[in-house]
Amino acid sequence: MAEPQKKKLDLNRREMPKQPPEVRKHNFGEVALGYSIENAVREAERCLQCKKPLCVSKCPVEIDIPGFIKSVAQRDFTTGIKVLKEKNLLPAVCGRVCPQEEQCEEVCVLVKKGGQIAIGRLERFLADWEASQETVGIPEIPPSTGRKVAVVGGGPAGLTVAGDLIKLGHQVTIFEALHKLGGVLTYGIPEFRLPKAIVNREVDYLRRLGTEIVPDFVIGKTRTIESLLKEYNAIFIGAGAGLPWFMNIPGENLNGVYSANEYLTRMNLMKGFLFPEYRTPIKEHKQVAVVGGGNVAMDCARTALRLGAETRIIYRRSREELPARLEEVENAEEEGIIFEFLTLPIRYIGDENGWVKEIEYLKMKLGEPDASGRRSPIPIEGSQTKLSVDAVVCAIGNSPNPLIPATTPGLTMGKKGNIVADEQTGKTSMDRIWAGGDVVTGAATVILAMGAGRKAARSIHEYLCSLS
Amino acid sequence: MFRVIENRMIVPNIHLLEIEAPAVASEVRPGQFVILRVNEDGERIPVSIADWDREKGTIMTTILTIGGTTGDLAKVPAGADIPTVVGPLGNATAIDMFGTVLCIGGCYGIGSIYPIARALKEKGNRVITAIEARSSYLFYWEDKLEKVSDRIIHITRDGTKGFRGHVGRILEIMKASSETIDRIIINGCTFLMKRGTDASRPFGIKTIVSLNPIMIDGTGMCGVCRVTVGSNTKFACVDGPDFDGHQVDWQELLQRRKTYVREEAVAFRTSRCEEHRTKP
Repeated sequence: MAEPQKKKLDLNRREMPKQPPEVRKHNFGEVALGYSIENAVREAERCLQCKKPLCVSKCPVEIDIPGFIKSVAQRDFTTGIKVLKEKNLLPAVCGRVCPQEEQCEEVCVLVKKGGQIAIGRLERFLADWEASQETVGIPEIPPSTGRKVAVVGGGPAGLTVAGDLIKLGHQVTIFEALHKLGGVLTYGIPEFRLPKAIVNREVDYLRRLGTEIVPDFVIGKTRTIESLLKEYNAIFIGAGAGLPWFMNIPGENLNGVYSANEYLTRMNLMKGFLFPEYRTPIKEHKQVAVVGGGNVAMDCARTALRLGAETRIIYRRSREELPARLEEVENAEEEGIIFEFLTLPIRYIGDENGWVKEIEYLKMKLGEPDASGRRSPIPIEGSQTKLSVDAVVCAIGNSPNPLIPATTPGLTMGKKGNIVADEQTGKTSMDRIWAGGDVVTGAATVILAMGAGRKAARSIHEYLCSLS
Repeated sequence: MFRVIENRMIVPNIHLLEIEAPAVASEVRPGQFVILRVNEDGERIPVSIADWDREKGTIMTTILTIGGTTGDLAKVPAGADIPTVVGPLGNATAIDMFGTVLCIGGCYGIGSIYPIARALKEKGNRVITAIEARSSYLFYWEDKLEKVSDRIIHITRDGTKGFRGHVGRILEIMKASSETIDRIIINGCTFLMKRGTDASRPFGIKTIVSLNPIMIDGTGMCGVCRVTVGSNTKFACVDGPDFDGHQVDWQELLQRRKTYVREEAVAFRTSRCEEHRTKP
C-alpha cells in the first residue's frame, strides 16, 4: 500500500495570514505572516490540555507543548516563551520549518473536532512575540564547571548542543566553516521561508549566553579533531550533509547546471539576488528546471520563480509521493510553479558555448512499493521527451561532508560516508567524541538534527559531570 | 577579522598581500589555498597561498586583479581588516624525492609555485623553475625563486627576457640542454596550465596542475568547482586542487570558468559606484 496521503489542514483551526501568491512571487519577504495576539489566544484556547499529551511524545526535543499553549491561552506570553525555551533553543526557526503535520500535530486528538491545534504556529507566535519585546531575557547560568566543549558546525544540531551545555555551566566554543552561523538555516532555507534576521537573532542569543563563536574555521583543515581533543574535554561533530549528489548523467557539468547547495548558497548566504551591491553573481535565467521533490527542491524552484523564471519541478514519482511538506507544495502551486510528475532526466544537452539548453527525460509510471514504502517509478520505453531550459538545479540530496572523516582516522564510518553514532547518546567510536545531525543520518530535517543534539548534550553533560 | 599587513602592486595588475591569519599560517603546506572575503557584502574567492611565516602568523598571496572582488582587494590598505580568510583548503601538493622536477609558474602562479619549489628542493630534488610572462617587466620574486632552484628559465612572449614564446616551448628548451625531467608541476592561469600539459603529453612526463575553477565555500558543499578528471567528476576544493593534467577535461574547465564573465564585467564597472548602492 502507498504511504497514507498527507492530510490537508482542517479549516476549522485558525488560519495564518499569508502574502497573496500574486504579490509574494515577486518579492523575497516572508510568505506566512504569523498569528495576531487574538488569533493565537483563540487557537490556544482550543487545546484540551490532555493528561497524557501525545504531541509531546512526538516532539524530537520533548517540548512541554500543553504547557506553553496554556500560557498563551492565559495571555501569559512571558511564561509561555520560558516553557518553550526550556526545551527548544530555536523556537522561531522550528515554528516555521518543522514538519509539525508529521510530528506533534499528527497525533493531536482534536483532529476530528475542528482540526489539530496549530502547535507550530503558536510556537512561532511566542518566539516572534518575544523578539518584539524590548528585552529578551537570559536564563540564569550556573557557575562555570571549567569543562570545555568544542562544537564542530554551527547548524541546528551544533547550536542545540551549545545552548544546552552553556546553560549547564560548561564552556562552549562553536567552530563554523562558513562566515556565518546557522548551517542550512543560513545558506539553505530561503529568506521567504525563514528570514535570516531570525537566525541571526537566535545565534546572537547564544553569544549572549556566553558561547564562544569562531567562524571561518574548518575543522579537518584549519585544525584537526585530534588537536581539539588536547584542548577540550569533549567534542560534538555536527558538520552536516555537505556534499551534493548529482545523477551522473551526461551533461551535468554544462554551464547552468547547479547543485541545490550552490544555487541556494548564492542566494541566501551570499545574497546573489542583490547583485551587484552584494558581490556574488547569480544568472538571470528564463526557464529553470529543478530536479527533485523535497523541501529543498521547493525552495530552489520558488527562488528561481522570484527571480523571474518560468520554473518547473521535475519529479520521477507523482504528487502523492512528493517528500516535501504539503504546505510548501501548496505554496509552490499557488505561486505558479509547474510540476512535471513522473519524469526522469536522462541527459542535459548544451549549446555551442557549453550552456545547458535542453533536458531530455523519460516518462515514468508507478510500480510496486519500494523499500521506502513509496511506489517505485518505472521508465516507459520510448517515451523520451525534450524540454527547453536555460538552467537546471539538481536537488536530489547530499552525502555527509567528508573533511572530518578523512582527517580523523579513529572514527568509525558507515557505508554512506556517515559518522556512526549511538542513536540514544550520539557517542561515536572514539572516546570523548559525539556526533549528530545530518553527518550521522544523511540529509534529514532541522528538528531531527536538534533532537540528536539534545540527546548528545545530555550524554556529554553526564560525561563531564563524571570527571572528578 | 584578519589584518592586512602589507598590500602593494608588485608588477602591473598583480598585488602581493600579507595577511595576519595565525591558524592558517600554522597549518599551511605548499599547494593549498584560502578563501577570502573583502567586506561584509563581498563574494568568497579562492586564492593560492604563495608564502607564509608561521612565527609571525601571516600568509602571503599574489593576486591578479581582474574582476570586482580582486579589484576591491587591491584597494584594501595595509592595517585594515578583511572579514574572511579561511583555510588552508585543498590538499597539499605531493612532495617527494622525484629526481628532477620542472616547476612552471605564470601570473599569480609565479608566487604560488615558490613554496612548492622550496619544498621540493628541501626534499633533495633538482629543481628547475620556469616562469612565463608577456614581458620581462611582469616577473617578480625572481630572487626568491633563484634561492630554491638549481636553474631558472625565463620565457617571455615578446622576447625581452630569456626565451621568446610561451610555455609550450618548455620541453624543447629542456631537450636542447639535455635535461631529463621526472615530473612537472604547473601553477598559473588555466590557459598556461593547459599549454604546459599539452607540451608534456608527447613525452609522457607526469604533469601536475593546480586547478582554479569557480568556488564558493571551498569545503565540498556547493559543487560549483566540479571538474572532469579521467572520466570522473571531481570537486577541485576537496579532491584537488592538484590533478594529473593529462587527465583533465580542459575544454570543460575553460568553459565553466566563463560562467559569470558578463556579471564580472558588471561588478567591475560598478566597483566604484558607492553612490548608486541601493541596499539599506
